[in-house]
Amino acid sequence: MNRSKRYLLLTAFGAALVGGLGVQAVAQDVPTIDPKPSVVVRPIESHIGNTVGHSESAKSDYKRYCAGCHGTYGDGNGENAVWIEPKPRDFTIATFKCRSTPTGTLPTDEDLYNTLVRGITNSNMPAWNTFTKQQRADLVAYIKIFSPRWDKEKPGQPIQIPAEPPVTMDSIAHGKALFTKLECWKCHGPHGEGDGPSAATLTDSKDQPIRPYNFALAKDDSRFKCGVTNRDIYRIFMTGVDGTPMPSFADVIQPNDAWDLVHFLRTLQVHRHGKETEVLSTAHGVIPPYVDKNPPPANPAPAENKAPGGGQE
Amino acid sequence: MRVWAPSHGYPKPRQNGSFLAAAFVLLFLILSASPSANALPAFARKYGLRCSACHESWPMLNNFGQKFKDNGYQLMNEHDSPIWQNPGYWPVTFRIVPLWHRLSSGKQVVDTAAGGSSVGQNEQRITSSGFDLSGLDFHTGGTLEKNFSFYVLPSSDATASFHFETVMARLDNVFNSPWLNVKLGKFELDNLLSEKRILTLTGNGGIYQLYHFVPVGDGNIFGQMGDNQLGLEIMGHSYNDRTRYSVSLLSTSDGQVGLPYGAQSYSTFITGSQAFDAGKLGLQRLGFYAMAGQAPTSWLTSGGPNAAIAGSGTQNKNFSREGFVGQFYFGQHFDVQLVTQHGQDSAWFGQGYGDLIDGVAVNNNTPGTTLAAGSRSPTWNGILVEPHYVYSPQLIFLARYETIRMSQQSTPGTRSDLGNITTYTVGYRYNPFMTSRAGFAWHNEFNLFHQTGTAPLTGSNINSSEVLTGFDFDF
Repeated sequence: MNRSKRYLLLTAFGAALVGGLGVQAVAQDVPTIDPKPSVVVRPIESHIGNTVGHSESAKSDYKRYCAGCHGTYGDGNGENAVWIEPKPRDFTIATFKCRSTPTGTLPTDEDLYNTLVRGITNSNMPAWNTFTKQQRADLVAYIKIFSPRWDKEKPGQPIQIPAEPPVTMDSIAHGKALFTKLECWKCHGPHGEGDGPSAATLTDSKDQPIRPYNFALAKDDSRFKCGVTNRDIYRIFMTGVDGTPMPSFADVIQPNDAWDLVHFLRTLQVHRHGKETEVLSTAHGVIPPYVDKNPPPANPAPAENKAPGGGQE
Repeated sequence: MRVWAPSHGYPKPRQNGSFLAAAFVLLFLILSASPSANALPAFARKYGLRCSACHESWPMLNNFGQKFKDNGYQLMNEHDSPIWQNPGYWPVTFRIVPLWHRLSSGKQVVDTAAGGSSVGQNEQRITSSGFDLSGLDFHTGGTLEKNFSFYVLPSSDATASFHFETVMARLDNVFNSPWLNVKLGKFELDNLLSEKRILTLTGNGGIYQLYHFVPVGDGNIFGQMGDNQLGLEIMGHSYNDRTRYSVSLLSTSDGQVGLPYGAQSYSTFITGSQAFDAGKLGLQRLGFYAMAGQAPTSWLTSGGPNAAIAGSGTQNKNFSREGFVGQFYFGQHFDVQLVTQHGQDSAWFGQGYGDLIDGVAVNNNTPGTTLAAGSRSPTWNGILVEPHYVYSPQLIFLARYETIRMSQQSTPGTRSDLGNITTYTVGYRYNPFMTSRAGFAWHNEFNLFHQTGTAPLTGSNINSSEVLTGFDFDF
């Protein structure tokens, strides 16, 4: 390289440097916008029976299977979230629909694990039951890194579910009375078709529209969001579905009353074959009026179609 | 979608190693900076899942993807029916690979001087390189209604000559049971290690040799379990897909439409497998497959002894392929896929009877024909081992070793290793982005192919190689 070319290059470099500094000086008037920091995977454990899950082990699986919907930061803002209804869960607020614990409390590790196994019907959350138990346990630990609630609070104590009493017409009739009294029909509709007068106005805790469950569409292989069995239905309305307008009725009805409500709800699944529909068919599909021999003191039904727990959700 | 080797005969270009190295580095830099694209692969956009949810590395399925496929392309979340989709949703994806490759094929027959073969011929290695294209696949599939699935795949070669690679409709979860699913049409056999989802693209590395092997001189093309077949499949699986089985009844036509071969020739393909939870190692799967069938050896002719009439084949003879499959995982990053095979053809096929329609067979089993004394059923054994190192869902390194060894030649006195095959393949695929909208992989691969004793003139061994780099994408 001869002298003149070298001089030219040095001049160009100098000009670029000065120009760059000038741009930087102008840019100082603009607030600095830093890129979002990468996720710090805190070492958190989950305990599923004898299996211990480790958050660090699920980093790859979360990216592969979960981040597209739930987002890299667990905030429910993955690149697919905009196209999905209902919206993916926001792990940063640690509010979960399917729990065995009282409303407003954190779920147990097994609750989260069971959701992974079962998936959530009528949503884009599939059943991840092809994973190994260890994989699922690791993922349960991983989703806890996103919320400080897991550091500050313990999961709630799982509710006790008494043994299911026999299905009788008396039980179904009482369930029907409760369905009316507790105003379940306002959302779920008088025939459980999800078309109650409040149905169109319901929103979840993130102000997203949400539809009540339509019992009438259910078939033999149908599932609820949080389970399949009668015990699961019992659990759903005794724990509530946090983040949705479905409240907990644990403080409103007695355990056996809850079973009666379960039995009645099953009769709304007119395309499903079960003990409840058999009992109903023996009465030619007519549920007699319920006569309460020992009327309990009246309890107020939930007044608002809002999610319990307020801002926490 | 392998890349078919072009015909040879053009001069070998000059190679410049440093230029190629620089080109690779440049490609890597460009790809590393690539932004995400907004394409819409059919299933991913329907369900809003990233490609990686179903693919260990696109297009190879992982366990979750296999279950999705086994469920009839359904997540089983009550939103599988198209009634839940925006009416504008149209489940179409296309796939093609622009690429550069270098082929080096040994023992090609070459005229020694201008004037044709009458002057004389010898064998030479022919090497060529250049930019090229793969074929084009148009995938469309999904559900017509809950538990009614379909798949249609018009596919072309690199010259846009189309055929139907797959056309099938499927009844899923019959009687509400995952154990009973019925498929009708032309479809890929239920190979656990799917050749249609192979991670390699070269001419010899882009197929599983085990799935297509035919002994030297054998007239039977119908045992190619890598080819899509026409038939009916009954398939079932457990809820979590740990246990799987399938039974297929197939026309012995190697997937060709129009009943071109036997008057009444059928085959069957049976598979079964069981997966085991091995804790931190992951899910391990062991399975078996068996293909058994009959193919014609006798043909009516019109216009000459070898001018066979389509659909007139009779005198069916037997063939079989069976083996074990293993899918072994060693943590989240490393796995090994394994397939074995024992194959056997009737002595008739071994002696050059069989597919006279395509000119594969040279003999016609006309009435009164007898086999040459001492003719035996050709048999062979093979194995393929394919390890993967999944660095991340976006980067996979792969290798494959495949070998097939003849254990019995049809004609006594034939060299025992005639037609043996050994291939080695290495490569990697890098996906610069990962969304639910498009698939894109920068694909790099090298393949070595060796076959014993099949040089046309000298009967010596053939060695070929291919190096390939390309952009494998679907949208």
